Amino acid sequence: MANADCIVIQGSNMAECHPVGYQWVAEAKARGAKVIHVDPRFTRTSAVSDTHIPIRAGSDVVLLGALINYVLTNDLWFKEYVTAYTNAATLVHEDYRDAEDLGGLFSGFDPEKGAYDNSSWAYDEAEDGAIGEPAGPEHGADAGARAAGDAFGSGGPPLEHAEVLRDDSLQNPRTVFQIVKRHYARYTPEMVRDMCGISEADFAYLAKAITENSGRDRTTCFAYAVGWTQHSLGAQFIRAAAILQLLLGNVGRPGGGIMALRGHASIQGSTDIPTLFNLLPGYLPMPSAGRHDTLEEYLAANASKNQKGFWANADAYTISLLKAWWGDAATADNDWAYDYLPRLTGAHGTYETVMSMLRDEVEGYFLLGQNPAVGSAHGRMQRLGMSHLKWLVVRDLNMIESATWWKDGPEIESGELRTEDIETEVFFLPAATHVEKAGSFTQTQRLLQWRHQAVAPPGECQSELQFFYELGKRIQEKLAGSDDERDRPLLDLTWDYPTDEHGDPDPEAVLAEINGRHLTGPDAGKPLSAYTELRADGSTTAGCWIYTGVYAEGINHAADRKPGQEQGPAATEWGWAWPANRRILYNRASADPAGKPWSERKKYIWWDEEQGKWVGDDVPDFPPTLAPGSKPDPSVGGPAALSGDDPFIMQADGKGWLFAPKGLVDGPLPTHYEAQESPVANALYPQQQSPARLMFPRSDNLSAPSAGTNGVDVYPYVFTTYRLTEHHTAGGMSRWLPYLSELQPEMFCEVSPELAAERGLEPYGWATIISARSAIEAKVLVTDRMRPLAVGGHTVHQIGLPYHWGVGSNAVVSGDAANDLLGVTLDPNVQIQESKVASCDIRPGRRPRGRELLDLVSEYQVRAGVTTETGNQAVTDPAAEGIKPSLGRDGRADGGPR
Amino acid sequence: MGQLSGPTDPTADAHWEHNHPRKGFFTDTSICIGCKACEVACKEWNHNPQDGNLELLGSSYDNTGSLGASTWRHVAFIEQGQERIAEARESGRALVSLGMPRIGPPAPAGSAATDLAGADTTPPDTADFRWLMSSDVCKHCTHAGCLDVCPTGALFRTEFGTVVVQDDVCNGCGTCVAGCPFGVIERRSNGTVKVATSREEQHAKHPSVPNEGIAQKCTLCYDRLVADETPACAKACPTTSIKFGDHDDMVDTARERVATLHAQGMTEARLYGANEHDGVGGTGSVFLLLDEPEVYGLPPDPRVPTADLPQMYKRAGMAVAGMAAAAALVFLGGRA
Repeated sequence: MANADCIVIQGSNMAECHPVGYQWVAEAKARGAKVIHVDPRFTRTSAVSDTHIPIRAGSDVVLLGALINYVLTNDLWFKEYVTAYTNAATLVHEDYRDAEDLGGLFSGFDPEKGAYDNSSWAYDEAEDGAIGEPAGPEHGADAGARAAGDAFGSGGPPLEHAEVLRDDSLQNPRTVFQIVKRHYARYTPEMVRDMCGISEADFAYLAKAITENSGRDRTTCFAYAVGWTQHSLGAQFIRAAAILQLLLGNVGRPGGGIMALRGHASIQGSTDIPTLFNLLPGYLPMPSAGRHDTLEEYLAANASKNQKGFWANADAYTISLLKAWWGDAATADNDWAYDYLPRLTGAHGTYETVMSMLRDEVEGYFLLGQNPAVGSAHGRMQRLGMSHLKWLVVRDLNMIESATWWKDGPEIESGELRTEDIETEVFFLPAATHVEKAGSFTQTQRLLQWRHQAVAPPGECQSELQFFYELGKRIQEKLAGSDDERDRPLLDLTWDYPTDEHGDPDPEAVLAEINGRHLTGPDAGKPLSAYTELRADGSTTAGCWIYTGVYAEGINHAADRKPGQEQGPAATEWGWAWPANRRILYNRASADPAGKPWSERKKYIWWDEEQGKWVGDDVPDFPPTLAPGSKPDPSVGGPAALSGDDPFIMQADGKGWLFAPKGLVDGPLPTHYEAQESPVANALYPQQQSPARLMFPRSDNLSAPSAGTNGVDVYPYVFTTYRLTEHHTAGGMSRWLPYLSELQPEMFCEVSPELAAERGLEPYGWATIISARSAIEAKVLVTDRMRPLAVGGHTVHQIGLPYHWGVGSNAVVSGDAANDLLGVTLDPNVQIQESKVASCDIRPGRRPRGRELLDLVSEYQVRAGVTTETGNQAVTDPAAEGIKPSLGRDGRADGGPR
Repeated sequence: MGQLSGPTDPTADAHWEHNHPRKGFFTDTSICIGCKACEVACKEWNHNPQDGNLELLGSSYDNTGSLGASTWRHVAFIEQGQERIAEARESGRALVSLGMPRIGPPAPAGSAATDLAGADTTPPDTADFRWLMSSDVCKHCTHAGCLDVCPTGALFRTEFGTVVVQDDVCNGCGTCVAGCPFGVIERRSNGTVKVATSREEQHAKHPSVPNEGIAQKCTLCYDRLVADETPACAKACPTTSIKFGDHDDMVDTARERVATLHAQGMTEARLYGANEHDGVGGTGSVFLLLDEPEVYGLPPDPRVPTADLPQMYKRAGMAVAGMAAAAALVFLGGRA
């Protein structure tokens, strides 16, 4: 980021939530970069930016789409880059129909399942075919259930092969370029004004800033965080930025890119080596029953040997993982113990698990470093779900609300739960803090940094490593001697690590296992040095293929600490970045198709003719000796099929995808839909919300009416939730610390002076905020930092709610939890909840106590006339949207997702 | 005793024989992100008690309020509209036109470097609203009122030119509290809460507050300086808004920064504490502000009370002489 000439921070409050990373923005600004903050609120980030542009929460695709349109219609796109490095020239199949032609739906929408069949979005193929997926098509409803989009964290969606049809003149109407151009034609500055509340002057300023700071000589960078992801079409927000950055040539170059700012010290690490239901390490998908029954089916579905690039070798990554986990028990004869892996049998995301608890389908629950009673959307559902468990284990630093809801939670106060009726057995196990244990953090830049133990954990506090190691050993002891087949995966697990005198396993031994080693040949037993050494024949192991190399030569490179001023601009000897210690991904794109730097100023990786290899400041992200002009036959498949101008080496066709023929379940191009709850009608289409969003029409999960339906005025305001610098997420690491608690002691809401006047709110007095799920109280901060927006002819007021506080009696400070107001509606690609925008009312005074609180919430529900059908239609107006009216579906009472 | 006012080297004045350069802070509020890491790092390092009452203060994101016995760094948050920004820009420009504070190092006569009144001062973007953040700290004055009035010698001038309280010498008389023109030093009252400094201590009942009743303020991390370490607040600051170093370098850096901002049209930028001719002889902690000092709760024209001592002694002397003369006259007259 320090190398950027312009930085757009949108969907992120970077200075507040990533203050340490913000030093690079500060450095870029000191070097003369322009910093623009686009956000519903004027935050501490806005305060140190050149410009703050207020935006209506949830309307980002309109703004980004208008920027795409501006770049295309004013001919400001980076022609050589786009033509050579993106799929702009690729032809899409003739069956494809755009949302612009079908009233807001793309071709293939299945109203029965509320999901897309994406086969019509495919690339065109010679002889009238379409390039499908290697294992055949997967219905969007199935892909959504397993949040298949998460599996693209290190490589793109697979294709049968990469023999695409191209029109390098970009004139064919079926080229991606022409499709994108047509799709965004109605995304104009006027549309931005009417949907986002952004003036035409502000739009012009932004458009000028990013285009003047893009091209051969200059680069623009985008930064986002959960302000983009936590929407019912969150993945599409980020896709829209990806399209814009590809068109401007800002990917794979210094000072370019789209920075995904991760929210915790190692949250990137926890997706790389996942704590998610749907992933195995290195973004290999968790096998699904029915789709991945055998290893052969699994490998075939993940990647085709006929596609281009390094993802074609996913079989080697998978089998090396199985060898790391099950050692000698994994043999060619038993398909490397593939059957030891569990299978997904449906949607098992965190919210669906809570709904399963309410149906008494879940017996026990481990909470580690998580406080869902405060931090997850719809806190009431979370707490009531936990009250149906037989046992609950909470491992944390402090006695968080998720461990105490049974005695002092909001439902005890309201009378919905009585402590003596709750049968859940709660175990609290104290945990070691990050300074009390060694290990690695993987941060937002994919950088692994080693952390040494500073002090021993007090009392019975343990590291996670020790806890799981001992738990595994005890389970193995209990199962010892069993001849039950189902116990084999646990008994055969490689589970042997050296421990210190306190029984804490050596984390370097775990890192070495993750890195992997040779099992056969002259180097048997030695650590691997790169993932390209992995083989699918059982001769290598790797606990996470993208981390292979972090322990090369037996050295812990995560602990590399050469100061930045003593080394080159990429600082490759500080920590270790996956993959292969590469600091900028796809950096082949920093040179032109002939291999020369685009400009002296933005020089990074280039082809050295004399040495016959790629050289530069970073580890080249390309086959090291593949010359710029190479044109191998794409049918050979794998890395060997990459051309000299295919910088996107993890994509199945080697190109950056403007249009996504596969992988997304809610559309091949980002298109604007309103949030699940919105007081504004979608001005672009009759379709109000994303048709493929995951809805849960349940009586405990009601939605406020949207614009154009009765009752919308009952919840007239928009609220958005967020964090403050002074606290950490749900408060487990901050509300128990006096030094942090005194800095932000009380739950508050931020409102504009205009809204305060409209509702009679007193500065620093109390207010009650009511949604269709719950009501909470907060102190009122009246501030000009909140600005009412003129949208579509009326005023939209937005209310800001930090979500750090929770109801309990153990913390230094407590208060009502903002997340109690939220419902559960999910993005279908990755199953993230929509928590950045919803509808509410606000009024002065504290909320009622006890039973009267529930009465207040239901009085609003009755007044708005909300039912489980409200807001839960997949297709808003079937007659207007290319769907036969008879196929439209009505809402369904308490049931599963639709 | 050294000089009581005007430019001087306080370390030499205090008769330190070695040649330590004076140390100080330069707090550049134009890049402060208001994270309050300085407040927390300071309390952590110095084991200062919690002193907030755990209620919203009613002052934007500031729930600390002011510097005090247990708060040695304080971040102020000020929300301002267009009118106030225009005024600040104008008052900052006027300061430069008047030649104070001096911008940049002394330049040869005829050089345009110091004459920024004619520079391009097109206002930058976001002129309709701003949110100022500024981390305040003890000024470690060249002429420190607290030190000069301390009757026990508990306050002393260190070899780094800073001013530090010796907890075991201070008797809590409180004279220094009235002596500080900035309201920085205070006695630690019993309204504070000792905070556990280790996880073992976390559940101990009501541990006693350290140094209760004793005058307390920023030591510029004396215990870190003697170990050649950066003070905790500067070390923790993620954007280098708090800079630490030799005082002369800090003042030079500050002057360059003001010049840069003025050249960018941000004429609201001005220095605070960098003028050695002010009422405290300049401060060890200098600040770059974006508005009048009062806006941040800083006195516009601080003056050390002891600056007037010579005159006071002179007048007192004159009075004594006059009274003696009168007495003599009475005596002589009586005899006459």
